Amino acid sequence: MSNLFNIDIVNPEQSFLSKDNVFEVVIPAVEGEIGILKDHIPIISFLKPGIIRVFSESEEQSFYVEDGIVEFKDNTLSVLTSSIFDLKDADKNFVSESISSAEAELSKDNIDDQKRFLLNHKVEVLKSISIN
Amino acid sequence: MPSLDDLRKRITSVKSTQKITKAMKMVAAAKLRKAQENAEKGRPYSEKMNNVILNLSKSITDKENAPKLLVGTGEEKVHLCIVLTADRGLCGGFNTNIIKKAKSYFEKIISENKTLKIITVGSKGYDQLKRQYKSYIVENISFKESKNINYFDADKVGKIIIEKFEKNEFDVCAIFYNKFKNVITQIPQEQQIVPLNENKDDKDDSGNDNDYEFEPDEDEILSNLLPKNISTQIFKAMLENSASEQGSRMTAMDNATRNAGELVDRLTIEYNRSRQAAITKELIEIISGAESL
Repeated sequence: MSNLFNIDIVNPEQSFLSKDNVFEVVIPAVEGEIGILKDHIPIISFLKPGIIRVFSESEEQSFYVEDGIVEFKDNTLSVLTSSIFDLKDADKNFVSESISSAEAELSKDNIDDQKRFLLNHKVEVLKSISIN
Repeated sequence: MPSLDDLRKRITSVKSTQKITKAMKMVAAAKLRKAQENAEKGRPYSEKMNNVILNLSKSITDKENAPKLLVGTGEEKVHLCIVLTADRGLCGGFNTNIIKKAKSYFEKIISENKTLKIITVGSKGYDQLKRQYKSYIVENISFKESKNINYFDADKVGKIIIEKFEKNEFDVCAIFYNKFKNVITQIPQEQQIVPLNENKDDKDDSGNDNDYEFEPDEDEILSNLLPKNISTQIFKAMLENSASEQGSRMTAMDNATRNAGELVDRLTIEYNRSRQAAITKELIEIISGAESL
């Protein structure tokens, strides 16, 4: 029996990625990374800034996401996100800009802990991207 | 009776108007295709979003403590209306239809002694509403600079709405836009986005009760999701609107081109007739002059 399932990544403008031959997806859910395999129980969660890794038979793809919602149901994983890009064609300038804007946000005093945590995390992820 | 020269001038002027309307029609047709494509591409996102919210709200049992964006503030005194129109004119009844729909809603609100607040998106809507409802308009947003509809713009409007909601500035929020049915028909729509209306047009798949696992809990997901949903709804409305605008403009310009053609035909006949009349008159004069000799 095959152990493959479907993934749909959509952003508001268009359908970003749609595959039916993935066997594992790792998503940066808000409470920690989740690895999803076939026949996972239905789950709804949302994302924190991080990397989505999609493993299919032939290749492995990685995408950076800022936020979004994931739903897994009937062996279809739907990811709704408004900001996503493929790590392969990451724009150096865009990444460094995002880092600096996030850091600027961090230096403000009036942010709560949860936001601070998310922003710190975002900076961390983005920096790891820019190193590679 | 206009002189031959006048007629000739009029014909040329109508012809050049026809050229303009024809060009506008063709531009609108090209843009329409793109706008329609965009609207279709954007559909999966809002549909999936709807599904998730549906599933979530089903599993919420504690309605009392549910996020206010979903269930409302419990009152409906202050109504916020978002009127989405185009930034340009010459598109037939497109803007007027939205305004008409919105106005009838406004009248209802006012006659019920409720407070009305208006946000206009797109300059045409503001132009048409400011005469009558100036004092109610709280914000006027226009995206003239951005060439294409993008989610970023919609998000800006969404953020304004959320901000106002958090400050308790309104209880009910509705948006007005044109739904794109086909090139000829656009249906003005009124859609309530806060509090979220119970699904009436969604296919009800309550048969299969999916027990979802939520991480973190439902409330937290919902409070994260609902603001996004507002932006998504606005974005969807903007996409529908832009497709409708181009469709409406195309039809309007097509009609204008046809009318101009008819006018040219009529004027040409009139021109030829008076030319013929002048020739006949001259002939008669010559003949009668020759006869008298």
